[in-house]
Amino acid sequence: MSEHKYQDSVQLEQVIVDGMDISGHWNKMFVPRALTQFDISGLEQLRDIPGAESINNCYQCAKCVGSCPVEYVGSYGPRKIYRKLQIGTNLIEDDYLWLCTTCKNCVRVCPKEVNMGEIIPAAREKAVLGGFIPDEIQEMLQSVSEYGNPMGESARKRAKWTKPIKDSIKNLAKAEEGESVDVLWFVGDFYAYHGRGNDAALAMVNVFNRLGVDFGILGEAEKTDGDSQRLVGESGLFEDLANHNDALFEKFPHKDLVVNDPHAYNAIKKFYPGITGNTRNVTHYTQFLSSRLDELKALMTKSFDKKVTFHDPCYLGRHNDEYNAPRELINSIPGATFIEMPRHKEQSYCCGGGGGGMWLDGLVANYTSERLSTNRVREAVETGAEVLLVCCPYEVSRFEDAVKAVNAEGKLEVMDIVEVINACIPEG
Amino acid sequence: MKILVLLRQVPDLVEDLEVDDSGKALDVSEIKFKLNEYDEHALEEAILLKERGEADEVVALTQEGEGSEKVLYTALAKGATLAKSIAISGEASDSAQFAKLMAEAAKAEGGDMIMVGVQSVDDRDGQLAPIVAASLDMPCISAVTGVKVSGNTASIFKEYSGGIMAEFEADLPAVIGIQAAEQPPRYAPVSKIKQIQDSAEIGSLSASSSNGASSIEVLALAPPPKGEGAKMLDSGKDLLDVLKDLGVA
Ligand code: SF4
Ligand code: SF4
Repeated sequence: MSEHKYQDSVQLEQVIVDGMDISGHWNKMFVPRALTQFDISGLEQLRDIPGAESINNCYQCAKCVGSCPVEYVGSYGPRKIYRKLQIGTNLIEDDYLWLCTTCKNCVRVCPKEVNMGEIIPAAREKAVLGGFIPDEIQEMLQSVSEYGNPMGESARKRAKWTKPIKDSIKNLAKAEEGESVDVLWFVGDFYAYHGRGNDAALAMVNVFNRLGVDFGILGEAEKTDGDSQRLVGESGLFEDLANHNDALFEKFPHKDLVVNDPHAYNAIKKFYPGITGNTRNVTHYTQFLSSRLDELKALMTKSFDKKVTFHDPCYLGRHNDEYNAPRELINSIPGATFIEMPRHKEQSYCCGGGGGGMWLDGLVANYTSERLSTNRVREAVETGAEVLLVCCPYEVSRFEDAVKAVNAEGKLEVMDIVEVINACIPEG
Repeated sequence: MKILVLLRQVPDLVEDLEVDDSGKALDVSEIKFKLNEYDEHALEEAILLKERGEADEVVALTQEGEGSEKVLYTALAKGATLAKSIAISGEASDSAQFAKLMAEAAKAEGGDMIMVGVQSVDDRDGQLAPIVAASLDMPCISAVTGVKVSGNTASIFKEYSGGIMAEFEADLPAVIGIQAAEQPPRYAPVSKIKQIQDSAEIGSLSASSSNGASSIEVLALAPPPKGEGAKMLDSGKDLLDVLKDLGVA
């Protein structure tokens, strides 16, 4: 506890100045204020962690609070985190550390450049090394280090989804080094293992083939991109994953590296180079397809007569500034009417799955009135849309659960953009 | 107080298991091995005892072979004080032989408590703890969910079915089969494991199978036969019809 600078001041029973008695009654103004008595060693430790220094910039203006998606359904935001630190919380050992989805909406509005996108992973790295890991995250990390995917599925079954279309896909897992393709497609965990992800993956294959793209997948050799593991503070594991995947990118020469998961896009574009020293020509599938819009439009002759809305993924939008590519695709869907949700583009509301949130539903539920994805689906329903379009594989399952939670089954469908594109291409 | 923890690598059931050409054993060429889940609990309980100051040393032991270094470095990263691999000459063809080999290694290492997972996918009847104990003439308590040590005695909490708990007191040395540690097994961060790999040494022990041929002969190994599947009924009436057909209603 810090000594208060007035603690040693002289106290007199009576004070007479120029013959006038100015003694006052004792009141609490004479004792140090409670504020100065808190243990702020937690704050001091946090701001000393490389990457987390900007927490110290906070001057409590509260601009961030209204922007934080967790605050909508609970009580959170950088200002509140800073306040907790001021009154003695050690964030490293506190559940509060795990509520942030690293959506970066607060970073957009903070006048003092307090950057939760950097503070949170840095602080969690310390927590992970100290053994302060929520059980759900521990289980996920164990699965990733054991099997290369967070679901704990067999690595050998990563390409099982390709069984029905084996002949229309090139699996490079067992190919010789140097086998080249125009497009190396990094499929990702959810497309590979999740039932609804499989639907989107199969749609993607058909769209590639109909566009005449020469593409290949890494099949059983691919491992998770690691961005979520980085964001929960397991930097050693992230490093291993980056090296593993990048060695495969090196092994099979390609022009474009296409990913469907914005988290993979973020990791490969911004964080792999720092580890591997290699820069890859990585594009999100919405970018890749919108660069082929004319060819795609010519193929999309079937009409999709529905009202649709779109959820911007944090890691494509705010983290990587890509708002147009998905919109270009949506606007080319024949017959569809596109309605934006009130919170869109830069102000998009987070689905709750980022920053490890995908595996923290249990812990987060103790601090929130509803899931973030539920809050988002309510907004989608209010637009009157019949289909909620997404382009991040985390979201289909999150939003489909949320649709059930708000009793909108039969009213609102959740679809990956590529599923709709594929539905508009007649067989042939 | 020195605890020995015996760690076993077992077939990972995430993979499809195949029977080999002999029809009597698993096709190990296609199997992925992982650390037995119950053994992870045994290690966790031992480390907890050390952290509470009830034990001074935790020695992780495992059979030498593919993956054994990873198992041992991970144990060290979690908090074991020493790790040794056990070189086995000959082959342990049943769980009793394997247990005797482990007992031999444990005896050579010497310790006040031997902790093992209560069972494993290849030892469903949980023979390891009792056979090790019998070989070393020590008391054995299995299906344990908590241990406290003071001096030369251990208080041991054991779970019975139906939610009944019992507390035992055992003189050390003793063998304990852990069903569940007092908290979920901790995660070892990759960077910590790498750090340990650069700084720690793995010791070695050996055990020789001198107990002759196994008294158990495997006649055949096969996956369980597939049933005819379940039939989903739509209504109570359908159920009644089925029961009537069977002559019970
Ligand atoms: S907007 Fe920035 S400075 Fe203002 S309270 Fe939030 S973190 Fe602090
Ligand atoms: S990054 Fe998002 S979830 Fe985290 S504090 Fe900022 S606004 Fe809230």
